[in-house]
Amino acid sequence: MKSIMARDRTVIALVALCAALGASAWLAPQWLVFLLAMALAKGLVVLGLLLLMRTGLVSFGQGLYFGLGAYAAALLANRAGIGDAAVMLLAGTACAALVAAVLGLLLARYREIFFAMLSLAFSMILYGLLVKSSTLGSTDGFNLHAKSFAGIALGAADARRVFYGVSAIAVLSVGWALHRYLGSHWGRLSSAIRDNELRVEYLGASVYRVVYVNYLVAAALAGLGGAFAALAVGHVDPETVYWTTSGEFVFIAILAGTGNVLAPFLAAAIFEALRTLASQYAPNVWQMALGGAMLAIIMFLPGGLWTLLKRKPA
Amino acid sequence: MDAAEEKAGVSALLSAEGLNKRFGAVAAASDITLVFERDSVVSLIGANGAGKTTFLNIVTGYLRPDSGRIRFDGHDLVGRSPREITGMGLSRSFQIPQLFATLSVRENLLLAEGIAGAERAEQATDELLARFDLEPYAARAAGLLPEGIRKLLDVAMALVARPKLLLLDEPTSGVAAEEKFGIMDLVMSAVRGHGVTVLFVEHDMDIVSRYAGRVVAFYDGRIIADGPPQAVLRSDEVLRYVIGEDVRAAA
Repeated sequence: MKSIMARDRTVIALVALCAALGASAWLAPQWLVFLLAMALAKGLVVLGLLLLMRTGLVSFGQGLYFGLGAYAAALLANRAGIGDAAVMLLAGTACAALVAAVLGLLLARYREIFFAMLSLAFSMILYGLLVKSSTLGSTDGFNLHAKSFAGIALGAADARRVFYGVSAIAVLSVGWALHRYLGSHWGRLSSAIRDNELRVEYLGASVYRVVYVNYLVAAALAGLGGAFAALAVGHVDPETVYWTTSGEFVFIAILAGTGNVLAPFLAAAIFEALRTLASQYAPNVWQMALGGAMLAIIMFLPGGLWTLLKRKPA
Repeated sequence: MDAAEEKAGVSALLSAEGLNKRFGAVAAASDITLVFERDSVVSLIGANGAGKTTFLNIVTGYLRPDSGRIRFDGHDLVGRSPREITGMGLSRSFQIPQLFATLSVRENLLLAEGIAGAERAEQATDELLARFDLEPYAARAAGLLPEGIRKLLDVAMALVARPKLLLLDEPTSGVAAEEKFGIMDLVMSAVRGHGVTVLFVEHDMDIVSRYAGRVVAFYDGRIIADGPPQAVLRSDEVLRYVIGEDVRAAA
């Protein structure tokens, strides 16, 4: 009964957030719309990390899929001449999922630091390839433009807002889907793997299969986030794959905690807001401030910011 | 059909033939040949390190024997994984309960039901909670339970898959003396009438003589006695190597 109530609250919050974001697409100033778009994009990647962390795994290489999603979308626009944002988002997701389907076969065998470092290694291989590739703009990357969204032409400033509004709905729908996933048998199975792999196998379930599927889902989410970020920024470069980008996702994930699917979006918004403010008012010390924030979270809120929200309504 | 199985006829559920397993210089299993009939309750006894748990680990696929064969319900078990073996109808509990510490008791059982493919997992879980007197603990995290309750939950989870053979590794160790019979009564009433064969490793000879129809005594990776409890528990070798050891350890 209690869990059903809690689930309903999450769904209500998702719908409310969706409405708020939809409204903000029209009412908020351009810089805020951009900030929220980036928060949603990164929130998606962190949502994937949340799933991995529930399974007991931390990936320091989600930048691989974030970058793949971004480059897939950008190449589609820039080289294939396809200007529809919806198609680009799908392509980014699919490209990340395809690569994860291969790498996952290997990575699903590893745990803890080995999993973390191997995922980091793969992301740095792609980084190396992108930096060397002059046709893809090397370290400068290249630009992309979306001309339409699901067939609706984009041009004027209002149309851009349509893009953000619709994307907000799509992103939060994904959040809802993952919420359902976590509440299902598979979600429980993921937590069980984090707790005790031996028992999972002795109950007759395949740990490998669950880890593989969750890795794939996390990669697809990162790919979607990457494509979305590329569209919001209008530019891609190898920085999207670099390990500091991956580290940023882990940072946001720890800030968020694994308590709820809303937490990644909330933490990503706080992170983006902090960065925007700090780079404006304290450009030289903002990374130090981030370090301090991380220290405080780990020491006082090991369950992430979400634990603050959870305590109140109960 | 191999020799051991032929000897036992069609009623054999599990048969091990010539199992050997060495860990360096230690022989954890030396030429173990055992046949277990359907619907029997058998206790494995022996001092620590005698090879009882090694036998369970080999049978369930956690360890691969250096040589020997295991047949279970028409399947060859050697080389198969614990997961595959569980799927064939062989479940086990653990000496140190293997639970999902951050999940509630209810979620632990619900998950087990889900893996076993129960159609009405919620309902089956409620029944199991009631049958094992776990209702008062249903919402508590498994990691925070008293040892006796952890043991019960561990056994309950092993039973979820409705196994043909249930292996219990020291179901009453770490449990207060006055609770031991309670746990065994619950387990036995849960398996009775379901045609479940039970193999349990046990150190408490009162438990052994009360619940087992047959006792197999291990010493140094070998079997030193096998038969009805009255006979085995009084045999010289068992008194010397199993019970004597226990008395000294307890003193």
